[in-house]
Amino acid sequence: MALLAGVGLAVLVLPLVALVVRAPWGELGALLARESVLEALVLSLGTAIVATGACLVLGVPLAVLLARAASWPAPGRRLLRAAVTVPLVLPPVVGGIALLLLLGRRGVLGGALADLFGITVPFTTGAVVLAQVFVALPFLVFAVEGALRSADRRTELAAATLGASRWQVFRHVTLPLVAPGVAAGAVLCFTRALGEFGATITFAGSLPGVTRTLPIASYLAMQTDPDEAIALALLLLAVSVGVLLLLRDRWLPGVRG
Amino acid sequence: MTAATPAPRPGRSDARPALHAEVTVTRGSHRVEAAFDALPGHPLAVIGPNGAGKSTLLAAIAGLVPIDAGRVRIGSRDVDRLPPERRRIGVLFQDYVLFPHLTVRDNVAFAARMRGSRHAARSAAEPWLARYGLAELAERLPGELSGGQSQRVALARALAAEPEVLLLDEPMSALDVELRHEMRAELAAHVREFGGATVVVTHSRADAATLADHVLVLESGRVTQRGTLDELAAAPATPYVRRMLARPDDAD
Repeated sequence: MALLAGVGLAVLVLPLVALVVRAPWGELGALLARESVLEALVLSLGTAIVATGACLVLGVPLAVLLARAASWPAPGRRLLRAAVTVPLVLPPVVGGIALLLLLGRRGVLGGALADLFGITVPFTTGAVVLAQVFVALPFLVFAVEGALRSADRRTELAAATLGASRWQVFRHVTLPLVAPGVAAGAVLCFTRALGEFGATITFAGSLPGVTRTLPIASYLAMQTDPDEAIALALLLLAVSVGVLLLLRDRWLPGVRG
Repeated sequence: MTAATPAPRPGRSDARPALHAEVTVTRGSHRVEAAFDALPGHPLAVIGPNGAGKSTLLAAIAGLVPIDAGRVRIGSRDVDRLPPERRRIGVLFQDYVLFPHLTVRDNVAFAARMRGSRHAARSAAEPWLARYGLAELAERLPGELSGGQSQRVALARALAAEPEVLLLDEPMSALDVELRHEMRAELAAHVREFGGATVVVTHSRADAATLADHVLVLESGRVTQRGTLDELAAAPATPYVRRMLARPDDAD
């Protein structure tokens, strides 16, 4: 038992230790100041923040729907749950291909979008955000849904007897009660969006400054300039750990030691 | 600006409306059918064994579960098609169901907050906090309150909404047995002060004796007897009524 636990821990920790040990610490400043790196960093942070915002706006109502669906008949309830779960277990590359087949030039909707409105989504920064939303949304939905399920429904009934309309009940009771779940979901969502690779490179490509996010830049640099790749990887690690530390005490009881 | 203050309860002279209810409601495999009137100043106790459908009946009157048939009327107002927030029926829930994220002050101010600004609502809550001895506790969260304190907050919160009808669901069951006697007398005083139509659901004879002056017995979703406790004692209609009257106070 203890041995296996130790191996398990090593699998999780050793690669990160290696990353930190082999990092070109001396040139790190110069590497990170490169324009290509800054470009990728700004693009990554920007798209991940927008994607997280979109996930909040779309995901909280979806979580409410999913939580309320508990009283629906089985087929509808299961279909809804499956629709949210599939992107979670799907390889991101498949998601990217699926997005292309929907919104690409010859896609189900893409052709009409291009003809009618002159909008082409693939290989734009918007496509990066869309790919991130596709893979990250389920994280937010399930975190919020869990919080909704464990919140006491009767507080909502009590609020109604005190004159609160449906919207007021949601605004003044439900939402504050699930706020920790929403925050935890948003953090998961942001880190997942920040790390997105497969769906992004398939659907949005790798145009410097437009769709080349940190993970993609890091992967490409690995073949030409490993030191830059390592610096980019460290940057991603630092942002992820930073987010975790920043939010842990206030909003992530599950992460607190 | 002058904050709205709650209308003074005692000595309020306008006639308060009566509650008339005749409802059929189904919960799972249980069906509850009951008809009664509750007159202002004459609290009615609905008493019955566990599972008789007492709480379901109360929830139906408050609009928290749909009724299959019947009507709920307050004075000349038909409320059975209104959502709970428009019925003006206050509910004291069994384990109080305070808002865990709001302070005592904001719990009591909740109804006023739904109609106005946070500032106005907090001012409006002041006299209620004072009347229920909650001024000292105003900044606490519900998790930091004793059972008796929670009950006071829940009652102040319900009455601060200025309901026309007050429903109490097993008001003593969440309290320690030692506390019940004292809190029951206090609650009875507040209910008298409220003065509007009041229905208290209980399975305790002591609750019925202290809080109400009429009793309606509900067994398996049916009304089996009604009258004062004395009238019930004189001619118990069912074995349950006989056992209930013979049981010592606070035996559950």
